[in-house]
Amino acid sequence: MLSFLVKRLFQGIFVIVGLSILIFIIARIVPGDPARMSLGPRAPQFAVDELRREMHLDKSLPVQYFYWAEGVFRGDFGKSINTKRAVNTDIREFLPATLELALLSGILFIILAILLGLLAAKHHDKWVDNLIRGLSYVGIALPAFVVAELLLLLFGYVWPIIPVLGRLSPETGAPTHITGLFTLDSLLTGNFTAFFNALAHLILPALALATGPLFQEARLLRASLVDNMGKEYISVATGYGLPSRVITKKYLLKPSFIPVVSVMGMDLASLMGNAFLVEKIFDWPGISRYGMNAMMNKDLNAISAVILVFGIIFFIVNIIVDIIVASLDPRIRLGAKS
Amino acid sequence: MTKAQFKENTRLYWYKFSRNKLSVVGLCIVLLSVFFALFAEVATPYPQHAKAFVDYSQAGLAPSKAFICGTDIYGRDIFTRLIFSFRGALLMTVIVLSISVPVGVFLGLIAGYNHGTWVDIVIMRTVDVFLALPSIILAMAIAAVLEPGMKSSMIAVTAMWWPWYTRQVYGMASSLRNEYFVKNAELIGASRFHILFREILPNCLSSIFTKMALDVGWVILIGAALSFVGLGEQPPTPGFGQMISEGARYMPDLWWMTIFPALAIAFIILGFNFFGDGIRDMLERGR
Repeated sequence: MLSFLVKRLFQGIFVIVGLSILIFIIARIVPGDPARMSLGPRAPQFAVDELRREMHLDKSLPVQYFYWAEGVFRGDFGKSINTKRAVNTDIREFLPATLELALLSGILFIILAILLGLLAAKHHDKWVDNLIRGLSYVGIALPAFVVAELLLLLFGYVWPIIPVLGRLSPETGAPTHITGLFTLDSLLTGNFTAFFNALAHLILPALALATGPLFQEARLLRASLVDNMGKEYISVATGYGLPSRVITKKYLLKPSFIPVVSVMGMDLASLMGNAFLVEKIFDWPGISRYGMNAMMNKDLNAISAVILVFGIIFFIVNIIVDIIVASLDPRIRLGAKS
Repeated sequence: MTKAQFKENTRLYWYKFSRNKLSVVGLCIVLLSVFFALFAEVATPYPQHAKAFVDYSQAGLAPSKAFICGTDIYGRDIFTRLIFSFRGALLMTVIVLSISVPVGVFLGLIAGYNHGTWVDIVIMRTVDVFLALPSIILAMAIAAVLEPGMKSSMIAVTAMWWPWYTRQVYGMASSLRNEYFVKNAELIGASRFHILFREILPNCLSSIFTKMALDVGWVILIGAALSFVGLGEQPPTPGFGQMISEGARYMPDLWWMTIFPALAIAFIILGFNFFGDGIRDMLERGR
């Protein structure tokens, strides 16, 4: 297990370095002079030249990369053209909102997918199963940003029972900063008004992100459960007269979860990609909306930082998924040992 | 192949494809939508509405017999604009796949055949980097730093798409290289070109085609997402995402400006997904 993790960690570092090179290349294919762009069209030429020297733009590309990467390694991404602040400060401010959204959305779709999957497998080929199958097609066909717009239409205009924009209502003060996750902070400080307000704001964007993966994973879990139900070892256990609860708990669930967990990991990752659009729609002040604005304004330092932060988050998610899969699947666990 | 054999094969493929009724539904949706896209000028009621066209006397009309999906704030027929959006999306898909698939497959073949050498390491680690993030994030970044437009979004999506094919073909090629027919070809001195393209590639084709069929829906989806944030087709040329984001500004009064584009995306994606599943049943299952 340990050697397996060390190997994954090594690969991850490799990928992050590669990603930094890719980002650097993307940032350099921008038409126009970055120094000129950050100073604006009216700045005098000597100031632009000075900044070019300062930004090492007069050096060769590989040298430029090393200067840039050295800064990044120290955690210095430079300044954002948009907010006129250090990109670091921006990230620290906006990242918790996205993490909170992604976490709730992830919890939502994982729990619901497992419940629906179990339900569909228990009653397979009955109406519940067919309903879930039908919904899974809807989940494939409606991209997250369309679901988000539809939810906005429904709860913003038709049936306005929950707030649709932002993280908190203006009259509710933000809870004391501990983790930056409003729901967690307000719980820790016992501020229940803020907690329920923050939660109400979270529900719609989280639902928009969760809809797609939710039904597909329920289908996947159902398929894998039904598949395993027909296996011989289950028939043997039934033949021994074991109660079906014990069979399900001890023999059926574990192997059935293995394919689902890997897909859940991938979906958690693509959920954060969709967050770019969903945060924009719900005016959610997270790092994805920040990244989106950075892209629209060609704010290169901010774009690089956001992409790199996401790269690191995905890497962590992948490692966690690997650990869960390895703990479920003895073949992987033991294979890694030898 | 004789004529009778050909007939027999066709019947077998059709049997495998049509076993699942949803695949047939998908095929119908695909044929219908492709027909409309190809003949958009004559198949739509108001082809001039797909361009810069303004008629405020018909602005914001609800769905009716004359405008089955209603009109937008400039008085343009939404149905017509949806068909032309799909034409753009289809064109994008064709271009993206016809560049990224050959590139991805070629690199996958080389990396797989040279398994364990530095060629393999360079290609596959590069693939890892591209697949380290959801494609949409890097595609948006590339499309945004280039000039926003159809061309940039095609470049961006193409740049994100080839690694999937490289990874898939790599897996197959690296196991096929140990098969006897490849070893035999090597033994009698066949050229590298012959081994890669005549021995290994034909064995990968059916799964490549399956993936392509399933990918059409995804490319349309990612194109719609790019267009939603203003990185795809620039107005007045219509795009699915662009129409949804424009319609959202006039919710809920002009609800048809959002609902119909959303339904159109869902209909087409679903159609291509069912169709792709059918192709998979036909080429890969039960061989």
